[in-house]
This record gives sequence, structure tokens and C-alpha cells, in this order.
Amino acid sequence: MPEQLPSQVSAEPAFSEPWHAQVFAITMRLSQSGHFTWTEWTEHFGAVQAAAARDGAPDDGSGYYDAWLVALESLLIKGGLADADALAGLKDAWTEAYLKTAHGEPVELKQAANPV
Amino acid sequence: MNKPDHDHHHHGSATHSLLPSDPALRVKAIETILLEKGLVDPDALDALIDTFQNKVGPRNGAQAVAKAWTDPEFKAWLLDDASAALSSLGFTGMQGEHMVAVENTEAVHNMVVCTLCSCYPWPVLGLPPQWYKSEAYRSRVVIEPRAVLEEFGVSLPEGTEIRVWDSTAEIRYLVIPMQLEGTEGLNEAELAERVSRDSMVGAAL
Repeated sequence: MPEQLPSQVSAEPAFSEPWHAQVFAITMRLSQSGHFTWTEWTEHFGAVQAAAARDGAPDDGSGYYDAWLVALESLLIKGGLADADALAGLKDAWTEAYLKTAHGEPVELKQAANPV
Repeated sequence: MNKPDHDHHHHGSATHSLLPSDPALRVKAIETILLEKGLVDPDALDALIDTFQNKVGPRNGAQAVAKAWTDPEFKAWLLDDASAALSSLGFTGMQGEHMVAVENTEAVHNMVVCTLCSCYPWPVLGLPPQWYKSEAYRSRVVIEPRAVLEEFGVSLPEGTEIRVWDSTAEIRYLVIPMQLEGTEGLNEAELAERVSRDSMVGAAL
């Protein structure tokens, strides 16, 4: 583990990808507003990480936010806050929006494409 | 080999917006649903991200450690009630978790892990580095802390006891490292510059 370990801090960004920041913030806000406790979150996330490790996910921490995302999706579905089909449909809708929006234009989701 | 070097056009040309990665699109889907249901507020998300990117980080912990090194009363308070002592410096909140400070001495070296996921003292250290989140560290440090420390380049005397503290959603640990040799004449602000993030997790001296 220390091989990939930058031991000084200053230059290291808190999040290496924007979606890491988003998924982190969404999870924290949902917990802060009482949709689940942080203990419930850590237990669920821990179980997802353990399952990922058993399935051969890299053990160097590089898949951390991938596991976080899987954990949030499944917790939302389990808690009735989101529906699996709706999530899949919105992902497709966003994909289409990106593919249809000219480079440089703001990408917006058309309500018509929205299955929710 | 014979590839002409202008032959690297993008899929479908550059006329549409760059497609985000699969996980980024899944996060957008989550966000869209939650915004529609009014379950998250985009301004609150931005504020939270800004806090983690710009306001919390190991400089906070370093400030607390330097204060403990120079102010025995503060150190006693930190060891007795870390949540209150850190909160007096403005380092508090996030999940309202309980903070515990543990002090390194000649006899005891403390290390911190979260074997369950990656619980970490956010208000004082910000977000954890990748190695802290790795399965390798989380599973090994409780079994062979001395070997793990060696890999971080830290060799402790045989007689030093190593204590490993397992963080939870409720309890987060901050290691107070021993003051580095040769820094006795420095003031609090100068000392704070010398305290590394890893030393406050117990992965460095």
C-alpha cells in the first residue's frame, strides 16, 4: 500500500472525480435529513465493499467510489427512495442527452425523455 | 506501426458533448430522481462539497496537535474530551460523531483503521487517502500492524506496543504523534507545519 501512497497532503484533491464528490454529498445530505442514519449507511456500505472484495475487486482502494455508488443505489432502492427501473431509465435519458447535445452546449435532460 | 498519426479521431466525431463515464451517468440519474422528489437541494450539495474540498483537511488536525504539544492544559483536555477540545478550535460537526484522541509515547504507538468501511475523523483530517480506504490496509493492519508500519517506512523498537483503533460511524480517532526531535524551539504555527497527515493516523511518526 505505501507504494501508491503520496505521503504529503497539500496537492491531493479531496475528490479525484466530480462524480465522487456528488455521490458523497448526496449520501451525506440524505443521512443528515434523516432518510437513514450514518450507522446504517456504514454497515450497508461495508457489506457492499466486503462483497466486492470477495468478487475480486482491486484491494488498493481504487474501486472505493464504485462500491459507494453501488451501495447508495441499493440503499435507495431498498428504502423506497428510488426505483431500479427509474434509475436505469434516467441513466439512458442522460446518455441520450449527452449524445444529442452539441459540444459546448449545456446538456439538459428533456422532460419527455424522463420516465419518472 | 504504419498508422498515420492523424488517425485518432473520436467516436462519432467531436460534434456532441463528451459522454461522462458509466458511474457519472448513474450518479446523474440518482441526482435527478432525488431533486424531483425534493429530497436533496443542489445548493446544500454544493456547500457540502465546498467544505470537503476547501475547508476541512489535515491542516486542522495539525493545528490541534501543535496546540497540544505547546499547551499542556489543552493536551489534557484533548485526551479527556476530544470532541469538546476540537470543537473549541471550530473542528466539529459532519455526523456529530464522537472524537477520541490517543497519544503516542515511547511505550505505545497508536494506529487508526476502519475495518468496516472507511470511517475517518473528517473535521480534523478531511477525507481519507486512498490507502486508508484500501482493503489491503483495512484487513492487514489489525493482524500485522508492525509489518504494515514497516511498509510505510516506520520501524519501531521491539518493546513499543502498537495499539490499533477501529473507527466506527460513532467514534473517530485522532493520533497525537510524538513531537519530532529538533523541533523544541518552534512555536505552535511552525510546529503545525511539521505535522503530517499520516502521523495523525499512526502511519508515520
